[in-house]
Amino acid sequence: MTTQSTPRVLAAALATAVVIALLSIRLNAFRDYQIAEIAIEVTAVAGLTILTGLSGQISLGNGAFMAIGAYTTALLLLHLNWPFIVVLVVAAAITAVAGAVVGVAAARLHGPYLAGATLLLGVALPSLAYAYPGVFGADQGLNVNFTTPAFLGVNFPLTRWEAWVCSAVALVTLVLLANLGRSRVGRSWRAVRDDEVAAALAGVNVARARVLAFVVSAACAGMAGALLAIVTGLVAPEAFSITLSIALLTAAVIGGLGTLPGAVWGSLVIVLVPTYATDVATSHGLSTSVASNIPIAAYGAVLILVMLLFPQGIQGAVRWLLGLFGISSARTWRTAALPDARPEKEGTQ
Amino acid sequence: MKRSLPLRAPAIAVVAAAALAVAACSSGSSSSPSSGASATTGASSGASSSSSAALTASAPGITPTTITIGSHQPLTGPAAPGYSEIAPASAAYFAYVNAHGGVYGRDIDYKYLDDAYNPTQTATVVRQLVLQDNVYAIFDGLGTPTHLAVESFLNAQKVPDVFVASGCDCWDQPTTDPETFGWQLDYIREGKILGQYVAKHFAGKKIGYFYQDDEFGMDGVKGLDDEIPKSDVVSRQSYVPTNVNVAPAVAALRAAGAQVVISFSIPAFTALLKLTSLKLGFSPQLVVSNVGSDPITLSGLLESFAKQGGATVNGNALTNGIITDGYAPSVGDTSNSWTAFFKKVHDQYDAKAPFDGNVLYGMAVAYTFVQAMLKAGRNPTRADLVSAINSGLAQGPVVAPYAYSSTDHDGVTGAYIGVINNGVLTQQGSVLTTDTSPTGAIATYTGTEPQAPASGIPSP
Repeated sequence: MTTQSTPRVLAAALATAVVIALLSIRLNAFRDYQIAEIAIEVTAVAGLTILTGLSGQISLGNGAFMAIGAYTTALLLLHLNWPFIVVLVVAAAITAVAGAVVGVAAARLHGPYLAGATLLLGVALPSLAYAYPGVFGADQGLNVNFTTPAFLGVNFPLTRWEAWVCSAVALVTLVLLANLGRSRVGRSWRAVRDDEVAAALAGVNVARARVLAFVVSAACAGMAGALLAIVTGLVAPEAFSITLSIALLTAAVIGGLGTLPGAVWGSLVIVLVPTYATDVATSHGLSTSVASNIPIAAYGAVLILVMLLFPQGIQGAVRWLLGLFGISSARTWRTAALPDARPEKEGTQ
Repeated sequence: MKRSLPLRAPAIAVVAAAALAVAACSSGSSSSPSSGASATTGASSGASSSSSAALTASAPGITPTTITIGSHQPLTGPAAPGYSEIAPASAAYFAYVNAHGGVYGRDIDYKYLDDAYNPTQTATVVRQLVLQDNVYAIFDGLGTPTHLAVESFLNAQKVPDVFVASGCDCWDQPTTDPETFGWQLDYIREGKILGQYVAKHFAGKKIGYFYQDDEFGMDGVKGLDDEIPKSDVVSRQSYVPTNVNVAPAVAALRAAGAQVVISFSIPAFTALLKLTSLKLGFSPQLVVSNVGSDPITLSGLLESFAKQGGATVNGNALTNGIITDGYAPSVGDTSNSWTAFFKKVHDQYDAKAPFDGNVLYGMAVAYTFVQAMLKAGRNPTRADLVSAINSGLAQGPVVAPYAYSSTDHDGVTGAYIGVINNGVLTQQGSVLTTDTSPTGAIATYTGTEPQAPASGIPSP
């Protein structure tokens, strides 16, 4: 099975890439921009859902990792003008190192203490931009100049190119994470999540597994930050407030914690619901004070509904629907509802 | 042994489905940019204005009956209190104009979206306005970090980016950002005008600075330092808007013996400065920048902060004697023709909001936009609006002339000094004008301030 599945994942990823490429040509420029936004969100949320759903560690600080990736990108493009692909790799590497540092501390913490420590990271780290205005540009931030490559011609829309770049990174990330989750590393994460003592007795290095999960999660967030930097064109501390970290976790939970399809669902909700709700609110002539709060209300309503109806997130609902039609979902990733929840049963034997 | 296999094809299938969902969403709302707009309102009175060329869809966002413009505003989030009143006030003035013949018969359709003062959201909503809703121009986008996130995008797209709601000097870059124009008095000019007043009226006194640690505060300090002798400044304290504990800064000002404290702060931090000083028994003469000194906002904040701390204060009493500056007429000055006119529009179209400095600001900047649109001509392109402003705008509801030219994209060039008394700002002395250079002189403005037109509509 395992030997067969990697080519299948790759084939599916390629098919998706073709679909996105076609969509990006057919849709208007703003929809292309939204595809890029969704891809960025997917990249970050996929990393977080691995950390929380698979290794059982919560993080309220992944927005700070995105900030590290974004500032790395801005500084490298600004001062060294490296090609973006190199910058992306360096941003991921630097954020991974930051993730390792946080992970070492996090490996000793559990539950609310871990949430508190990562929350501190999410709140405090972006403030460094104010402490070193000469390097990070304080609240004005750093401008990032990103253009379409010359071979595409001058008339190629920038937003389409951004959609392509971001989607490519998101797809590669999903393929890599899918393989990682299936590998020995992924199994050790699940073992640690389900029972640390049993995992340790079985020979899993618990601390190393937990730190590694943080490294992977941070690297994903770093790449997402790098993409965000080129797409928005500005890296400023206001963009990395604590609400960003919470939005990432919300997306992972709405989509279905611990599942990569869930990361995609959650990202779609986070990106599309506010825009859609704004359009609806403004087109119905509501007063400003009401209309401006509708997106927030819609976001809350979606969160409550999903949690009430499908505690395992949208992916849980999808699986339930597939089950109704007799399509087995046994081959998908086993659900990990919440970090501390015990699995209902083992996978197919 | 087969284990449960995690993701594979299903995961990828979901991505494909997701992408399709985006496509589905788009089909609903991304149709022809102008068809929806033209149906919304019928400009009936267009025929009554001059009957020269027929009205055409001369630019994106312009139809024979409407002009659609967009903006990003903090309607929710920490920057919303006060600032969220600005866009509805502009919309109220546009509603007045629409009801009185529109701009060459076209109605202005003002679409402002919430960015919660987050640059990432600004980038999204402005792209939505430009790429999907095809607005003619971005008008009065609020905030420095937020607007910086879209300045280069708007200039690359050649979308007029007029009258940014921020006093950052960074909007004045006609060579690199020819589409972008500031409007309000920039913080450097403001710092110079306040600095000169303090240097003259408090000569020899010990002076302390309290400023926000960003371009707003630092531009202000730059202007102050141009006018106040360095040796008189005994302490320079900054704050970051995310940390409400200003006690160490106030204690340092007190320890340095500051007799005059000049504050470049937003309203919440002006209130914190005042209350913390009170607690520490420190009562210097306060001089506050325009942004942080709206008497109505400030008085409300003082009372609510004190209440949170278990004390009762009289907000108006605490603001008494604060020295500040103004570049628009004071809302308390009912004899001013502009204030009286905007009050009338407010009462008719925006009565739910308090008539404060934010509302007056929103209407005054909207008036300036209508003025520029009328100057741009009957069937303007986007470039026509930019060149209309580049050729200069006549002074309107503000107290000093605009700097606009093809080489200068700053707005208002001067202000008056005022003192707050019983919640009302009273002008002291004449209007002063200056430039942003360290050596540029500060001159008394000798021109006469125009009266508000009886119709309330600017002449082209």
